[in-house]
Amino acid sequence: MKFACFTLMPYRPLDMVERNKHRSAWVLLPNSLYDPKKGADEYDSYINQLVYAEKLGFDIIAVNEHHQTAYGMMPAPNLIASALIQRTTTCKVAVLGRALPLVNNPMTIAEEFAMLDTLSRGRLIAGFVRGIGTEYHAMGINPAFSHERYLEAHDMIVQAWTRPGPFEFEGEHYNNRYVNLWPRPYQTPHPPIWVPSQGSSETIAWAAAPERKYPFLVTFAAQDLVVRYLNMYRDQAKKFGYEAGGEQLGWAAPIYVAETEERARAEAKAGAESLFNDYLYNPWEMLLPPGYMSISSMKATVKMRKALGSRPRTHTIDSLIDSGTVIAGTPKTVREKIEKVRDQTGVDNLVAMLQFGVMSDELALRNMELFATEVMPHLR
Amino acid sequence: MSQLTTAHVGDVAARQLSAGSGEKLVFLHGASGLPQWNSFFAALAQRYEVLVPEHPGFGATAAPRSMRNIADMAMYYLDYLESFGQERVHLVGHSLGGWIAAEAACRNLSNVKSLTLMAPAGIRIKGMPIGDNFIWSVEETVRNLVVDQKLADAMLSREPTEEEADLLIANRYMATRLGWEPRWLNLALESWLHRIKTPTHIIWGDSDRLFPAAYGERWRALITGSKLTIVERCGHLPHVEHPDATAHDIVSFLQSSALNGAAK
Repeated sequence: MKFACFTLMPYRPLDMVERNKHRSAWVLLPNSLYDPKKGADEYDSYINQLVYAEKLGFDIIAVNEHHQTAYGMMPAPNLIASALIQRTTTCKVAVLGRALPLVNNPMTIAEEFAMLDTLSRGRLIAGFVRGIGTEYHAMGINPAFSHERYLEAHDMIVQAWTRPGPFEFEGEHYNNRYVNLWPRPYQTPHPPIWVPSQGSSETIAWAAAPERKYPFLVTFAAQDLVVRYLNMYRDQAKKFGYEAGGEQLGWAAPIYVAETEERARAEAKAGAESLFNDYLYNPWEMLLPPGYMSISSMKATVKMRKALGSRPRTHTIDSLIDSGTVIAGTPKTVREKIEKVRDQTGVDNLVAMLQFGVMSDELALRNMELFATEVMPHLR
Repeated sequence: MSQLTTAHVGDVAARQLSAGSGEKLVFLHGASGLPQWNSFFAALAQRYEVLVPEHPGFGATAAPRSMRNIADMAMYYLDYLESFGQERVHLVGHSLGGWIAAEAACRNLSNVKSLTLMAPAGIRIKGMPIGDNFIWSVEETVRNLVVDQKLADAMLSREPTEEEADLLIANRYMATRLGWEPRWLNLALESWLHRIKTPTHIIWGDSDRLFPAAYGERWRALITGSKLTIVERCGHLPHVEHPDATAHDIVSFLQSSALNGAAK
C-alpha cells in the first residue's frame, strides 16, 4: 500500500460564533472573519506538517483546491505544491486536484502542471476534478456546463502534454489557435492523472476506461459507500475487459490514531465534528447547483433526501466513526479498519487526512507520527 | 379553463396551454416554468387567443443539446412566431420570458404586433445588484418573489408531487443554462433595444426583490416610446400577486388608440 499525507488547510482561527450566523463557511462567509497574520501562521503550520510527512516515510504529500472558504485555504494549490517541491526531495507531490471547469483556458493548468513536474523532476501527481458545487457560485462558472467543460479541458491538457506542438485545439468551450507547451512535462508521456470524486457512476466509468485507467480516489464517504464505489470501478474495468489493479484505487479519509480508543475518540472529536458540521456543511442550493450532477442523478438524490429527511450539521464523533467516515482508534483498530476495506476492494492508495477541522498542530503531529510508525509499516 | 396541446417547432414538441379566441397573445413564461392557469390568464383569454408555450428544456418539453443560451432561445421563438404565417401576435413575456421576448424582438419584429415585458431579465444597472435566486433556498425564493407573505405561506404550504418535483428540477436546470453567467444578463442587449419599434409596455412590481423596480425605468428609457406601469405592493410576480389588475393593465394598453392607430 502507498500512503499520502493530505491536508485541506482549514482556517482554524475561525470565530465559530460568527460563522454560525451564516449559512455556510463558503462563498457568503464574510472574509472580514479572516486575519491575514493568522493565515500566514496557518500556512507555516500546514506546510511544515507536509514537509515532515516526507521524513516520516509517506510516499506522497497532497494538497487540493477550493475557493472562497474557511474549509481550505488553497484557491491556488499549485503555489503550495511549488513550495513543497522546494522543501522535499523524494516524495511525490499530489495536487488532488485542480478544478478544470473553473478556468476559461485550461492551457494554464497544462502549463503549471508541466512546470511543477519539471521543478520536481517528475514527482508530480496531477489530480483532475470539477470542484464541489459551491465553486460554481464562487467562480461564476455555469454549472450546467460543468461536465462538458471538464471533459473538454481534460482533452486539451492531455493533448497539450502529448501531441507535438504547435497544433490547434478546436472545442466547444475551449478554443486555442496555437497549443505548443514550453516547458513540456518532465514525466513521459505525462504526470500520472488521478481522479478524486464523490463517486458518480459517470465519473467512475470515464476514469476506468482502458484508454485512461486513471486512479480513482473516493473522498469522504461512509465505509459501505467507499467499498461500493471502489468495486464499481473494478466492475467497470471488467466490463472494459481488464482487471483493475489496486494502484488504480484510492481512498481518502480523516484518520486519527492514539494509544487508547477513548483517547482517540476524545482527541479527534473537535476536529472531526468541526470538519463536517462547521467547515464542510453547505445548504442544498450551494452544494448542488443545477447541472453539477446529471438531471437523472439529481432527481434520484432529491427523492432519496426526501425519504431520509435531512438533519444538517448533526454529525458526532461517534456517528462519524460508526459509519466509517472517520477512522479513529488505537493503531491496531485503525490497521484493522483499513485492512478490512483493502480486503474488500484491493485498494492500494490511502490518502490519510491526519489534520482536520480545528485540530491543533500538536495533536496533528502526534497523529502523523503514530500513524507513520504504528500503522503504515504493517500495511506495506 | 385552458387546453394542453403541443406546439411543434423544428425538432421540439413543446407543451402549450391555450384558451380563448381573437387575436393571438403569446405569453413567454419565467424561470419557474409553465404557469398555473389563474384569473390573469382567464381574463386575457376573454379577449384574445392566449397561447402559453413551455420553453424547450423546461418541464416536460425536451430541448436539443444545441439549445444553450438566450440567443438560441430567441431564434427558436422567431421560428415559433413564423409558424403563424402573416399573423402578428401580442408578445408578452415575464422575467426570463420577457428577456427572450426582447431578444427576439430586437432580431425580427415582423410577427410582433405589440410587446409586453413584465419584470424582464437581460440588462444590468451597475451598482444596483439583482437578487440571487440561485443561492436562495426554496423558502427564501418564494418569500422574496412576493410582497404578500400570506400568499407566500400558501405557496409554501403545498408540497409538490413527485412528478411536479421532477418538472421543477428540469426548469431549474434549463434556467441555469440560460441565466447563470453572466447572471440574467446579455451585455450586448442594451445596445440593440433601440431596434424595438413596436408598441411596448413595461410592467414592474414596486417591491420586486429579484430585479429592483429601477430596472423598469431603465427599460422604459431604452425602448423609445414605451410605457412603464408600476404595480403597487407587488413583487416579481405581478400576474400571480395581482392577477386581475395586471391583466387589466395589459388589456388596456393593447386596446389603447396608440396601439391600434400604430398599425405598422
